[in-house]
Amino acid sequence: MGEMFPSSPLPVIREKTVYFMFPTCSPFYLEKRLSEMSMTMTQKILASHAGLESVQAGQLILAGLDLVLGNDITSPVAIKEFARLNKDSVFDKNKVTMVMDHFAPCKDIKSAEQCKICRDFCEEKEITHFYDVGKMGIEHALLPEQGLVTAGNLIIGADSHTCTYGALGAFSTGVGSTDMAFGMATGKAWFKVPSAIKFNLTGKLRKYVSGKDVILHIIGKIGVDGALYRSMEFTGEGLSSLSADDRLCIANMAIEAGAKNGIFEADDITLEYLREHGAETPQIFSADPDAVYDEVYNINLSEIEPTVSFPHLPSNTKTFDQIGDIKINQVVIGSCTNGRISDLQIASEIMKGRKCADGVRTIVIPATQQIYLEALEKGYIKTFIESGAVVSTPTCGPCLGGHMGILAEGEKAVSTTNRNFVGRMGHANSEIYLASPAVAGASAVTGKLSSPWEVMGI
Amino acid sequence: MKYTGDVIKYGDNVDTDVIIPARYLNTSDHSELASHCMEDIDRSFVNRVKQGDIITAGFNFGCGSSREHAPIAIKASGISMVIAKSFARIFYRNSINIGLAIVECPEAVDGISEGDRVEADMDNGIIKNLTTGKEYKTQPFPEFIQKIIKNGGLINSASMI
Repeated sequence: MGEMFPSSPLPVIREKTVYFMFPTCSPFYLEKRLSEMSMTMTQKILASHAGLESVQAGQLILAGLDLVLGNDITSPVAIKEFARLNKDSVFDKNKVTMVMDHFAPCKDIKSAEQCKICRDFCEEKEITHFYDVGKMGIEHALLPEQGLVTAGNLIIGADSHTCTYGALGAFSTGVGSTDMAFGMATGKAWFKVPSAIKFNLTGKLRKYVSGKDVILHIIGKIGVDGALYRSMEFTGEGLSSLSADDRLCIANMAIEAGAKNGIFEADDITLEYLREHGAETPQIFSADPDAVYDEVYNINLSEIEPTVSFPHLPSNTKTFDQIGDIKINQVVIGSCTNGRISDLQIASEIMKGRKCADGVRTIVIPATQQIYLEALEKGYIKTFIESGAVVSTPTCGPCLGGHMGILAEGEKAVSTTNRNFVGRMGHANSEIYLASPAVAGASAVTGKLSSPWEVMGI
Repeated sequence: MKYTGDVIKYGDNVDTDVIIPARYLNTSDHSELASHCMEDIDRSFVNRVKQGDIITAGFNFGCGSSREHAPIAIKASGISMVIAKSFARIFYRNSINIGLAIVECPEAVDGISEGDRVEADMDNGIIKNLTTGKEYKTQPFPEFIQKIIKNGGLINSASMI
């Protein structure tokens, strides 16, 4: 494994990058600068997993993996590629996981065949963490809940929202099926070390404003390619008011700004979450005080309002002072972005004692079995059903236009999911308005895109 | 590596949901995926695309899902190369990993029109618009990436890594 990625401190590719940054420096000076080079959180995790003392933005590395994830859509392609590598087993049967969540419980024969390919592979390779119907949940809610993710981990997943685990201080990023196959076989992946944007958070969120509003606000500010190829690093005293669920939601949508990963420095809230879920011992990586960032944004959480992304880009954001009467046909509350217990709690608080408006189909999807059970015990499910909503088993389903709530031509949905691209939830002429569970709950009862502040009289 | 073909042109933020809608992700069959390529953005694509054609596009091509089905569908359609102003990162690495040539060159994208014939010499980083005679310079890939694309993808290159 050495030829393309020399472990000496000055691989060719790095020299090129640094010469570009300091065009006048001599090789001797270059070496000195490199040894003193400060790193971001992400760069430190990548360096430690590549067995290097330090890494630089732009450097190509081969890094060791703590977890390789796939789902029922991406894994079959990876399994086909894995077969071409002529390996009898995966690199570590405890560090590969497959979750049957996208089209499961299977919506048609072809989907059933795809799940079967995964099931057979996991049985043959004795994969410990195979999650089928009954055990499964939406992957990015499930893995942290099951304690499979800890701070300092390096994780790849053949699903773009794998960046979610950055909420817990891990480097995690979405890759394709071929990367997954290579990762399953070797326990390694190639990376181009990213530079970073820093988000310095201050203040405290107002009532009925949550992590979803924060990330939509940020994407609205920087655009869908505002963080392209780069890390989004979240820091500042405002973190102390963000719950683990808020952070998971924010990191989840880093990809919608084009980012390679989103990451929060691990703190007491992180450690408490990891302890509660039985995760392995965390390793905390902090950015160097003089780490270099491409850009720094100061975000005052107290100023953020309920925010909605209009069709057909997550960056097309508006607050309610800019929103008129928009009648809706469907509400979806769920997904890897917003199917967690606090999401269901806030939606049920708003919907309690109210009825879903006539003509609005409201679909609630707890993200995991454990969340489902907790929501049942706390009475949220009863509230949803009494209000006229339906409650589904965990599935990605409607988020990607798979099943469980597809839109017809011309229909409009308010959805707590993460993408509102053309045709994402159904017909190419349907519309998705991305919003928080509070906005979704408020909209379900009014029948139009509505602010929770308005419905709850704030 | 040289690629020559006629250009099919798109705009900014072409996402993987329009490249290959999720309703077709219940298969990984290459030709079936190709038969729905670009369906939600350009229904004429599958009928007019020819072997060797080149796609040009604006910023953030391939944004969204990690589905490798997207570059697979494009490659299986006969497209030899994608030239864009920028690529979404997962699409970028997926294309390299499956051996679909891609390159970022905003000047070339602005200077190339739908239907132009283009030749891209990726060893030297030169894109030539054969219709207008104009040339555009781009960064050649790092050696590591060039090797993966030449070998036809990451799996074929596993022994080299």
